[in-house]
Amino acid sequence: MADDIDIRIRVNGLPRRATVPPRLTLADFLRVNCGLTGTHLGCEHGVCGACTVLLDREAVRACLVFAVQADGSDVTTVEGIASPDGELSVVQAAFREHHGLQCGFCTPGFVVSVTAFLAENPKPTDEEIRAALSGNLCRCTGYQGIVNAVRAAADREDSV
Amino acid sequence: MTAVSENGHRTAFVDNDKKPCGHGRMLRKEDPRFVRGKGRYVDDLDLPGMLHLAVLRSPFAHARVLSVDTTLAEAHPKVRLVVTGAMLAEKGLAWMPTLSNDVQAVLATDKVRFQGQEVAFVVAEDRYAARDALELIDVEYEPLDPVIDVRTALSPDAPVIRDDLEGKADNHCFDWETGDEAETEAVFARADVVVTEDIVYPRVHPAPMETCGAVADFDQVDGRLTLWSTTQAPHAHRTLYAIVAGLPEHKIRVVSPDIGGGFGNKVPIYPGYVCAIVGSLLTGKPVKWMEDRAENLISTGFARDYVMRGEIAATRDGRILAVRTQVLADHGAFNGTAAPVKYPAGFFGVFTGSYDIEAAHCKMTAVYTNKAPGGVAYACSFRITEAVYLIERIVDCLAYELAMDPVELRMKNFIRPEQFPFRTKTGWVYDSGNYAPTMELTKELAGYDALRAEQAEKRARGELMGIGVSFFTEAVGAGPRKDMDILGLGMADGCELRVHPTGKAVVRLSVQSQGQGHETTFAQIVAEELGIPPQDIDVVHGDTDQTPFGLGTYGSRSTPVSGAAAALVARKVRDKARLIASGMLEVSVADLEWEKGSFHVAGDPEASVTIQAIAMRAHGAGDLPEGVEGGLEAQICYNPENLTYPHGAYICVVDIDPGTAKVTVRRFVAVDDCGTRINPMIIEGQVHGGLTDGVGMALMEMISFDEDGNCLSGSLMDYLIPTSLEVPDWETGFTVTPSPHHPIGAKGVGESATVGSPPAIVNAVVDALKPYGIRHADMPLTPSRVWEAMQGRPTPPI
Repeated sequence: MADDIDIRIRVNGLPRRATVPPRLTLADFLRVNCGLTGTHLGCEHGVCGACTVLLDREAVRACLVFAVQADGSDVTTVEGIASPDGELSVVQAAFREHHGLQCGFCTPGFVVSVTAFLAENPKPTDEEIRAALSGNLCRCTGYQGIVNAVRAAADREDSV
Repeated sequence: MTAVSENGHRTAFVDNDKKPCGHGRMLRKEDPRFVRGKGRYVDDLDLPGMLHLAVLRSPFAHARVLSVDTTLAEAHPKVRLVVTGAMLAEKGLAWMPTLSNDVQAVLATDKVRFQGQEVAFVVAEDRYAARDALELIDVEYEPLDPVIDVRTALSPDAPVIRDDLEGKADNHCFDWETGDEAETEAVFARADVVVTEDIVYPRVHPAPMETCGAVADFDQVDGRLTLWSTTQAPHAHRTLYAIVAGLPEHKIRVVSPDIGGGFGNKVPIYPGYVCAIVGSLLTGKPVKWMEDRAENLISTGFARDYVMRGEIAATRDGRILAVRTQVLADHGAFNGTAAPVKYPAGFFGVFTGSYDIEAAHCKMTAVYTNKAPGGVAYACSFRITEAVYLIERIVDCLAYELAMDPVELRMKNFIRPEQFPFRTKTGWVYDSGNYAPTMELTKELAGYDALRAEQAEKRARGELMGIGVSFFTEAVGAGPRKDMDILGLGMADGCELRVHPTGKAVVRLSVQSQGQGHETTFAQIVAEELGIPPQDIDVVHGDTDQTPFGLGTYGSRSTPVSGAAAALVARKVRDKARLIASGMLEVSVADLEWEKGSFHVAGDPEASVTIQAIAMRAHGAGDLPEGVEGGLEAQICYNPENLTYPHGAYICVVDIDPGTAKVTVRRFVAVDDCGTRINPMIIEGQVHGGLTDGVGMALMEMISFDEDGNCLSGSLMDYLIPTSLEVPDWETGFTVTPSPHHPIGAKGVGESATVGSPPAIVNAVVDALKPYGIRHADMPLTPSRVWEAMQGRPTPPI
């Protein structure tokens, strides 16, 4: 088996150094090595999106990225979305206000995806919102509360 | 009837002058942790020294296990334990009882009976090593012919799957019958019109986003087992572990932490849980088992798989006289169906639906096949999905034959409000219902007449637009203990309420949320009864050491059973508070009046004490009235006298591309009546989720097999569940017809939309295809299947 590799990754603003096997996924690195269990595993083949994190500000499937590939990168997980004093981000608050979650398992992936989406497209149309959400599966909400939350977050960020 | 707008979506309600209970829309207490990634799900648990378990599964649907060689796996430097079926057999643990009084192999000993069945397991230092070691186990199989098609399972030459059962010479699982056969036959004989249709409800899977898993921690010093697991019924699981493993029940603690969706998938006990327990018993370390998506789809509880022949008899002018059905039920290799013992077919007996008919009869045969066990799951309310699909499909077939509007046909045959409580011809006693206004509201919200006009115009242009209707009656809240038990455990639920000295409270439930919002809504129930703000009430659930015994959350039973318990335990506390208040105000109990949150002396509102002051007195200094103990708490075990029967009317509008046969759900209007509404926001979310299930089942989802028994749906690339692009903006409304026997008039609702929406969608697709002369096509109505139907080649999905 290949030798372990030294990596340095900035996770939610904090530098992390680790020696990991090359096949360790970024999702497992975050969950097991960093103890950041908000990133969830719903399929481990890139379909469900529950493991979505920001890799250098871009939303990626952490189950399809090896931790060693993230060497030298900046990673943001759902735990890094709220402000340091604990105040919910506009997106997080909107998910709560619009009942965009139930069991909460897909929520971290959605929060991260939507955060990246609104950063790139702050004034989306309803069609763009649904298209942007289509890479994340949810079994509870029927997406309506999530669509409403994204709409509200976009409108609110717009007005700020 | 008032139309209100919420979030820009049309919502409307008919409130039959009943004040809704609770605080209405209240944001969820659960959300702050979930949106921050601070939920605590099973796989988030990390204990000192914890080991990881992986399961080796059968590649064959049916094969004899000749040998299992674990030598190489055991030599792996990170492996601590390898266990085979033979090893479990020595401990008497190779087989376990199922929720249907059958047995299921924990690890295969003699044969494997479905692809994905558990054959051996490995415990290693990390998950990667455990998976590596699986590849080092060498199993020698002798393949046997599999039984895949349910229709041939009972042929005389079919291979016998369950040769483990003594004297078993065929694949017959059970027969079941309800209704009066002779009476039904007589009514059919004199009917003007009889319509027969073969209708398949294909095998699907609940596929919760979080798969099943567990962490078992056996403390060898105390002899105490703690099991964190993805279970919807922690107390029932504890009792079954005690019985199966021989551990004393007081030494077992089952904890169901945050659960990432259940949908019935997490009711049964799976071999993986037992393996984790065995792994911890043998290693003395905590052992985690977390299945992957493929394992979840191919080996855990499937749903549906009913092959039904439906027949309906009516007069020429559309009076429905009788319904009968023959059902062939595929139960897979072991009968693991989760259902009350006396109900092997669940509550399929409610297949007479919302209609007042003269006779009904059902004859069912269940069989074994070389597939995973299950059947009851995925918001089915114990087979009501199948029952409602059958009746709502066959009523549409009748409308087709009579060339009658499907709404009109339904309205003509509804059970009328004055007939409740209504005993159906199969013996179910519906508690309450006022069906016509619910249907009318749905029509109004949908703009039904305008839709039909639009459809006529489009048809003239060759465009394919369909309008589908379904009207359903659910039966939820199992159930009265004289009739209903799971493996001998009566289906009652406990509730404990403790008010602290400062007037804050904790309520402990026997049911277990998997996202349905119990932490919020149960606080609302208690708040309404006691006047303590819901923010001051914590809800504890899921931990068998901390909560009263009860049967768990499935079958939309939480509100009907545990919700009743929560209201009644609060009233019990209130009764005691009244005694204490009489002492504090120095008046007799009869002179006290309760006004939410305080007692005051009749005629003198100034002389009052709050529930908070009473709580302090209950714990504090100063005398209490004669015979009153200190403290302010109570407990209860609620035995429901009947189920609750929520209902709903759904209208779906679809467009079909005539070139590609792709179905688009353009609109969906859902009006639900679940009696008193505790939290409208949460109900709406439950409905949205269930409607999406309906789109999945009607158009996309199916667990299918090839002729060798290979499961073709083992990933989310193959098992398609709806994304945000396959569902429309949902339009919802409600009516309120309270349950007369429920303490707050509330009925269950969680599964209503999953039950009610598939027929609405299929009815819409078939309606769109009317120009093709199609009366029925089986789910899932994928483009290829719709295309086949348009060519006159509809095929059943098996």
